[in-house]
Amino acid sequence: MQPFDYLIPGDHAEASALLAAGNGRVRPFMGGTDLLIRTRGGFVRPQAVVDLKGLPGMKEIRPGDDGWLIIGAACTMNQVAMHPLVQARYDLLVQACNSVASYQLRNRATIGGNCCNASPAADTAPALYCLEAVAEIYGPQGIRRIPIAQFFVGPGKTALRSGEFLTSLHLPPSPQDARGVFNKLGRTKMGDISVVSVAVYRRSGRLADPTAPATGEWRIALGAVGPTPLRAAEAEAALMQDTSPAGIRVAAALAAAAARPIDDIRASAAYRRAMVAVLARRGIEAVLADLSAARAQLPAAGGAS
Amino acid sequence: MNHTLHFTVNGEPYEIVAASHHTLLQVLREQLALTGTKNGCEAGECGACAVLIRWPGADRFEPVNSCMVLAPEVAGAEIVTIEGLAHDDQLDPLQEAFIVTGATQCGFCTPGILINARALLDRNPDPSDAEIRAALVGNLCRCTGYIRILDAVKMAARTRKEALR
Repeated sequence: MQPFDYLIPGDHAEASALLAAGNGRVRPFMGGTDLLIRTRGGFVRPQAVVDLKGLPGMKEIRPGDDGWLIIGAACTMNQVAMHPLVQARYDLLVQACNSVASYQLRNRATIGGNCCNASPAADTAPALYCLEAVAEIYGPQGIRRIPIAQFFVGPGKTALRSGEFLTSLHLPPSPQDARGVFNKLGRTKMGDISVVSVAVYRRSGRLADPTAPATGEWRIALGAVGPTPLRAAEAEAALMQDTSPAGIRVAAALAAAAARPIDDIRASAAYRRAMVAVLARRGIEAVLADLSAARAQLPAAGGAS
Repeated sequence: MNHTLHFTVNGEPYEIVAASHHTLLQVLREQLALTGTKNGCEAGECGACAVLIRWPGADRFEPVNSCMVLAPEVAGAEIVTIEGLAHDDQLDPLQEAFIVTGATQCGFCTPGILINARALLDRNPDPSDAEIRAALVGNLCRCTGYIRILDAVKMAARTRKEALR
């Protein structure tokens, strides 16, 4: 690896100043699982890396106000997936974190790094899109917060400006009756980068009474089939109307139509689009099965159906 | 840029001077001559360079790919390499099991697998086949076909349980 300096900033302001002064040649460093590979390959040539992990809050998971959960950007995949507050309400994110690479790499790879690399295939992104996470950014102008869907701008491109870095991801409250399922396809069953991925998330709002009018929301997000992760809004709307087997097929087709895949070394665009429909259907069916199992466990008064 | 670092490896304290861009893997192999930790891919894929690390303030050892850790990061950390798995000439039950089952062929991947399997058994003393496979996803072996490795990890889990009884 070509030489670079390793810097530990004393506080957020110093980190920001170092990054701004580096003009792209000074890179933020967290788990290094992407940056070190790209540096070894000569794709990036940093003069220095700024290790952000030690800044206050970067490795913390803590409750925010009004039922929100705040996850520091430098939390590792394993740290997120094993945290009781994440497990209690954000199982979709647990599934996504656990799908990344291998156990020992998940001890290095961070959730913030996964977002900042802005790979369309980032495994935590579809879950964060479904949960409508908010990215908190520190920079020369102070702190700003933007929806995760605005954070991803294009392949490898984020909304971060000069001197800015991601400090945390804020998750809105996820009700007890919400369910999510993340499915991904790689070249191998486990551990590989996504060829296509689909997250499906349902905020039911009517767990106790399945005969009540449909409330809540369906959310579907697609990975590795566009320049950024994508939401499939028409598929989501269709599911609000109809979750019969025929309705699920319609929604899966709409999800595939929302994809904007390309041909690349891992798969053809046509294959990716076809697999979006399959993974969306499986995800919707799994969420419905989860909800119906949860309903069956309710006391008889509410669960008689 | 050079850093003076203090850390322990297999219980031994070290003070070394390391360059910013060197990895823990390089420090172990080239500066400390602990060559049991192997350099396979330097891309976090193969797992041959896995070591156990306890970061300052952490409550337990966790496996990492040492090719993915920069040397200056390990200041104050405790590290266990394959050389530290046996104690007082007593092999780890995993090492015994790898010998008995013939889970090693060329041996290049073995140190990383032993480290990761040790971490697995420490956090889950009675893993299922699926859990063993999932834990070893990041350890590539091109010789064995993995079946005897699975057998060895299961055997070691039994040995450890019996030792506790």
